[in-house]
Amino acid sequence: MTVAAITVPTVTHALSQDENLVEKVSVRNLDFFYGDHRALKSISVPLYHGKVTAFIGPSGCGKSTLLRVLNRMYDLYPNQRATGYVTLDNADILSPSQDLNLLRAKVGMVFQKPTPFPMTIFENIAFGIRLYEKMSKSELEDRVRHALERAALWDEVKDKLGANGLSLSGGQQQRLCIARTVAVRPEVILFDEPCSALDPISTAKIEELIDDLKDDYTIAIVTHNMQQAARVSDFTAFMYLGELVEFGETTRIFTTPNDRRTQDYITGRFG
Amino acid sequence: MNPTSPLYAKRRRRNVLTMGLAYGATGLGLTWLVIILAVLVWEGFSGLSWAVFTEMTPPPGSAGGLLNPIVGSLVMTVIAVLIGTPLGILAGTYMAEYGRFDKLTTVVRFINDILLSAPSIVIGLFVYEVMVAQMGHFSGWAGAVSLAVIVVPVVVRTTEDMLVLVPDSLREAAASIGLPRSLMIQRVAYRAARAGMITGVLLAVARISGETAPLLFTALNNQFWSLNLNAPVSSLPVVIFQFALSPYKDWQSLAWTGALIITFAVLALSIVARILAAQRKTS
Repeated sequence: MTVAAITVPTVTHALSQDENLVEKVSVRNLDFFYGDHRALKSISVPLYHGKVTAFIGPSGCGKSTLLRVLNRMYDLYPNQRATGYVTLDNADILSPSQDLNLLRAKVGMVFQKPTPFPMTIFENIAFGIRLYEKMSKSELEDRVRHALERAALWDEVKDKLGANGLSLSGGQQQRLCIARTVAVRPEVILFDEPCSALDPISTAKIEELIDDLKDDYTIAIVTHNMQQAARVSDFTAFMYLGELVEFGETTRIFTTPNDRRTQDYITGRFG
Repeated sequence: MNPTSPLYAKRRRRNVLTMGLAYGATGLGLTWLVIILAVLVWEGFSGLSWAVFTEMTPPPGSAGGLLNPIVGSLVMTVIAVLIGTPLGILAGTYMAEYGRFDKLTTVVRFINDILLSAPSIVIGLFVYEVMVAQMGHFSGWAGAVSLAVIVVPVVVRTTEDMLVLVPDSLREAAASIGLPRSLMIQRVAYRAARAGMITGVLLAVARISGETAPLLFTALNNQFWSLNLNAPVSSLPVVIFQFALSPYKDWQSLAWTGALIITFAVLALSIVARILAAQRKTS
């Protein structure tokens, strides 16, 4: 179904006009409920293609919840529902007729804790590819290699593709998960605090990777680390108590925020 | 805090006392186990010979072995596991994966727990009523079914427990690459829980291999070689029961040997189960 008939409220965030931005994902008037608890309050925010959008805010502000709406991960659990509009390429993804598996193949996700599957490194990647595409063994090997290269992991694992994915270090496991996500050829990648369980060196590698990936994807990242948001993102959304307080270019949010609460948060005065 | 204070001294005394009680209780428990095993080996080992595994149960006063009850037990155990394992795994999968938030799961879990602790003689009577009485005769099939009824709740329980231990983050990760739930269960959740689930089946085998009561009412006994499951089938626990209560010395000796064989078979299974469970933790 299309949302052409829906009147989309205008987003009043100030954006620089000099770039030709493509709004890949549009969130409009999104409310989210855990049972009766309203965890997101009328959120409207764009995600632009080829850009990294960071979601920051204190714990419990709803940023992870918002991320989990974008691939409808919340559908795995009962008593959780979203109302409003979320579109991917102008198609409503909250529609009940949306095929969730196809949606999730298009909107990949990397989680806080590395979650390799209990299988070999090769299988971890090949598994997702085989789900949607039939191909020869050599093609598959190429795809796996490409995904691992894309995740900057190939050189470290090329001699032990048959080893269990769980035998890798935490940082390597996280890059394996990124490779697994990339291998399915998504259009959007959601990072839910991807570095909070990693040491600084692994963190730097993941950040580099995100920067490397962003030209080809639409990326959203939830982070508690303000420096990380400043380093990797082009746009930043500050959320507080389920509301989107402020959205704008990262450089502006971190230098001249419009809202007092944003300023307090990024300078560490609360949260 | 000052380590010489009376409060600290009191705590130390209490600690020593509690430790003493804990060690004592452990020792008491282990003592009986050691005595049982020692008596079993003492009485049963002398009777252990090649003939035990190659000859049929003898009439009183002549030589013989335990071949027919050993084979009977093996056959009925295998059939019971073949019936009980798929049922148990499917039910456990429903409870842990599909119906985790359903009321039905709570009800099923409650009933399953009752079944888990149901006296096996009741299960024997039940199968007697629904199979033996209907068919008009005792049979190996009825014996296997009554053992399967014992297998099911054990496997349901371990399957559910092991699948619930698989972290949700793994399920979400599987969903995040567009994996349908059925494939997620088969390829990811089962794989992560595999060692624990196999352990559950092995524990169920250990449990049924010593069961006597349900077989008394169903498979009964057969002193001859018979693989006909439509007829009474011999089994080790029933033979031990019969021979141990008999007045004949050679029968009593065979009963000890049979007990030794069962015990060590179960011990071996438990060790394998432990090793598998340990692998689950390290992998």
